[in-house]
Amino acid sequence: MHIMEGYLPAAHAAVWTAIAAPFVVHGARRLTRLTAERPQVRLLVAAGGAYAFVLSALKLPSVTGSCSHPTGTGLGAVLFGPPVMALMGAVVLLFQALLLAHGGLTTLGANVMSMAVAGPWAAYLSFRGVRALRGSRSLAVFMAAVVGNMVTYAVTSTQLALAFPDPAGGVWAALVKFLGIFAVTQVPLAVMEGLLTVVAMNLLTAHSGDDLAELATMREGAR
Amino acid sequence: MMARNLMLLAGAVLIGVAPFLMTFETPPTFDGTDNRGREAIRRDHPDYRPWTQVLWTPPSPEIESLLFALQAAIGAGVIGYYVGLSQGRAQRRDAGADARSTDTRPKVPHASC
Repeated sequence: MHIMEGYLPAAHAAVWTAIAAPFVVHGARRLTRLTAERPQVRLLVAAGGAYAFVLSALKLPSVTGSCSHPTGTGLGAVLFGPPVMALMGAVVLLFQALLLAHGGLTTLGANVMSMAVAGPWAAYLSFRGVRALRGSRSLAVFMAAVVGNMVTYAVTSTQLALAFPDPAGGVWAALVKFLGIFAVTQVPLAVMEGLLTVVAMNLLTAHSGDDLAELATMREGAR
Repeated sequence: MMARNLMLLAGAVLIGVAPFLMTFETPPTFDGTDNRGREAIRRDHPDYRPWTQVLWTPPSPEIESLLFALQAAIGAGVIGYYVGLSQGRAQRRDAGADARSTDTRPKVPHASC
């Protein structure tokens, strides 16, 4: 889902950066407040960020014969809420843009919107949706990771289609083309991320019940 | 729970291995979708010129894989530290609770002191 440096026209890059910036600032404020009010959960927050760090570094083979990577933002979105993940995702993307020549600074805003804003929000809403329909927590976590992963790549495809409409078929044809490249490859990887995220949540429930309870009381306090 | 987690992990591994067990019409290259996206832009918009360059590119594929491995290692290290710490805390708390509930010795101080 990394749009490479220079591969968004300047106007598009500027607009996506302007849209993404408030989300990251809001996420930074939310994270500062979270760690100030609940110092106990600092390590859990670090682990949630690390999960996204690891998963987005793993380029995995897919049944389409190409490779792509999961995002790892679904777990944190469910645990801490999507705003916190906007900041964490931005940090991951900045690291990759500066040190790995993956993504870029001018495309950082667009990439933050897909991986760190749209993905986490989709994950969070999926989790809440499955829970509201009385689905089990494991199913909710699974769907959060799967949908968050897929939506990230759908947004990337949309961003590219808007910037590079198909010469013959326009934006729609371009969207179908980019979805064909990104989304199809992503389906098995999204399922994989879903399974891993359920395991991660199981481990947290088994060993870190106190930290999860701390987060839960905070969420109730916020309501 | 342990068995269930192992089954979920086995499922994830299976999905990861599946592409190598399949047969393809054309031999798969397993290149990155990010690059394929860029190739599609180049093909359909040959006039487009990237207007900025990355500030720094890893000088070789080896250095690049070093940095990717480093990214995964740092993340895995943080996760491992947290999981280990939490497990230790939980064990210590359970052990403390067990000791209190099974402690049948009289709670009176020694008569000799």
